[in-house]
Amino acid sequence: MELFKAQHIVKQFANHLALDQITVSVPEGSIYGLLGPNGAGKTTLIRIINQITAPDSGELFFKGNKLKSDDIYDIGYLPEERGLYRKMKVGEQSVYLARLKGLSRQDALKKLKVWFEKFEIEAWWDKKVEELSKGMQQKVQFIITVLHEPKLLIFDEPFTGFDPINVKILKKEILKLKDQGATIIFSTHDMGSVEELCSHITLINKARTLLEGNIDEIRKRYASNEYEIGFEGEANLLRATLSSQYKILEHKKVNGQSIVRIKFQDSFSTNDILKSLLQSGKIVSFNEIVPGMNDIFIRVVQEEKTTKRT
Amino acid sequence: MNKVSIIIRREYTTRVKKKSFIIMTLLAPLFMAAMFIIPVWVMTRKDTDEKTIAVIEDGTEMFKGKIPGTKYLKFEYLENVNLQEIKGNFGELGYYGILHISPKVTYLPSAIQLLSHKQPPLDITGHISNAIEKEIERIKLLTYDIEDLDEILKEIDTDVKIQTIKISDTGEEKETSTGIAMGLAYISGILIYMLTFIFGAQVMRGVIEEKTSRIVEIIISSIKPFQLMMGKIIGIALVGLTQFFFWILITFIIISIAKSVLIPDISAITEQPLTENILSSSPVGQTQVSEIQEMTEIQEIFSTLGNIPWLTIIFSFIFYFLGGYLLYASLFASVGAAVDNETDTQQFMMPITIPLLIGLFVAMGAFQNPESSIVFWFSLIPLTSPIVMMARIPFGVPFWELGLSMILLILTFIGTTWLAAKIYRTGILLYGKKPSYKEIWKWLRYKN
Repeated sequence: MELFKAQHIVKQFANHLALDQITVSVPEGSIYGLLGPNGAGKTTLIRIINQITAPDSGELFFKGNKLKSDDIYDIGYLPEERGLYRKMKVGEQSVYLARLKGLSRQDALKKLKVWFEKFEIEAWWDKKVEELSKGMQQKVQFIITVLHEPKLLIFDEPFTGFDPINVKILKKEILKLKDQGATIIFSTHDMGSVEELCSHITLINKARTLLEGNIDEIRKRYASNEYEIGFEGEANLLRATLSSQYKILEHKKVNGQSIVRIKFQDSFSTNDILKSLLQSGKIVSFNEIVPGMNDIFIRVVQEEKTTKRT
Repeated sequence: MNKVSIIIRREYTTRVKKKSFIIMTLLAPLFMAAMFIIPVWVMTRKDTDEKTIAVIEDGTEMFKGKIPGTKYLKFEYLENVNLQEIKGNFGELGYYGILHISPKVTYLPSAIQLLSHKQPPLDITGHISNAIEKEIERIKLLTYDIEDLDEILKEIDTDVKIQTIKISDTGEEKETSTGIAMGLAYISGILIYMLTFIFGAQVMRGVIEEKTSRIVEIIISSIKPFQLMMGKIIGIALVGLTQFFFWILITFIIISIAKSVLIPDISAITEQPLTENILSSSPVGQTQVSEIQEMTEIQEIFSTLGNIPWLTIIFSFIFYFLGGYLLYASLFASVGAAVDNETDTQQFMMPITIPLLIGLFVAMGAFQNPESSIVFWFSLIPLTSPIVMMARIPFGVPFWELGLSMILLILTFIGTTWLAAKIYRTGILLYGKKPSYKEIWKWLRYKN
């Protein structure tokens, strides 16, 4: 069941097409990665979901119904270009922004107290924002985004500007929010965190969708039947046994072990391979090489480029 | 609506708590009060430097002892002194100036010269010409051989001061003073001009702050850009009204304190029978007469201050401040939304500054001639009406003109806000490049 769905979204700006027939469906309880090179149209799509701008055509659904203006109370948004009032005190400002999201003053204070304790930033309450470092400000912004416990959370490049320790804390919190039932859309260039967090992705390039769906399925789709075998023994023997059925891509020796990357013909099953391998030496490891999102990203975007050229 | 009130509250409280607001609120009325009080104070304090003026006549002795001195002004009649002899060194001799009277004075009015190193003040020249006129009249009258001429002259000597009274359409009479009306027109016209600029610029700076600090995207994911803009404009309007309220309060307090200090025992003097003083020719009586005159002048100022239609003025001031401010504030907001920092605003300020400046110039003309047709038209045109109409009101404006001007102002304010909102909501999300007028024209035509 999808929590959010966008169908055939088109958005035209004065000089360029920002979104061209984009369709996205975000399953409830998922962490949904919005990927794409700079200028692909991610932020425009996110702004449309947040009803900051309206699409020229296309339809948006939230919880099964058409997206309406009251739905913003159920959405939390951390923009990429984010900031706070520099001269305003942290606490005062947090309450203000929470109230704009529909919380009462009392509720906002109660919830803020919990979050400030969790992030150990109670001491900042009466400080002006301009006295805080950028990382500190981002913590405050994160709290403001999630404070009203929205069903859908949208993070645009949430990890930029954080040190590794804080990135870890943040990822933990995002996963915890997911466990508590929130659905999360986030856009990032960091493919590591996509693999770590996301269950679904969509890849947008130049206003168009290139890939969409479950991340495991996508990675399988791009798997190319490559395996990495580590074994002790003679590599030449192995080569002799299987030469007709595989192609050695790479062969190296690490600490007396042979590590071989091979590509099999399509018809082969892994059990067959293992059976024949057992005769040639002591097998230490056997892994299917599934392409990382980084590789898939680069490959898909570049393929798109070359097909456009021809 | 509830959310707009949250915005309004923030815009209001953050500004009212600022030190600069508190200082401005307290200091401005001191200046305002000073503008009322200083003229009165100057009037009560005569020039206390004793001045002596040498009087020289060419041959005749027509005016010897005929120009009376006052407390601070003495006349010394120099006989057998040539103008050329004394012209170079009268200053060293201790004279403030030389009054040179030619015998032709009886038929040539310009035959009198007052030579001095400084520009003589009006009361000195007035005093002299008065005395000489009287003397010439007396000389001329003498030729008619009237008995007891001096007695008669003394008896008929009167002093007249014109009271201007304005009759309204309903026949009500009000004592006015064009001087005070002009002063008020001047102050209110300039105040509206200044306030529109000051508070409009505050709106603009607020928008730029939100845009450059990038908080705007967080806010407009919770509310509509139009609500944010209106919340800001209304919040700052309330700041302006708060300031205005304290200004009036403090100014009135200061003026009423000044009133009680400057004219403490006026009633004590006036209670003495006036005729007695006039008839007695003793010097004491004469100085008392002039003192009473001074005091009644001050009293008149305060009494005309009381007669000015303060309620109408304050009401229309608040209306035109709000109307003018609202009209321009949304334009200021859209300028703030179009640029990335304050230095870039220059190019877009022109269309805002020019009508305001025109308004100010026309208002200046209105102080002189509040009934001219250019003043009439500019007090109806909404872009200038707040300033120009305010300058007209102290002189009295027909009800229908006021009403028409107010309605036009409200309609235009709605129109500009609608336009500005379109520029605003596109502008606040665009960073990096400075838009051109052409681009802003495109924004106006965006659907959403």
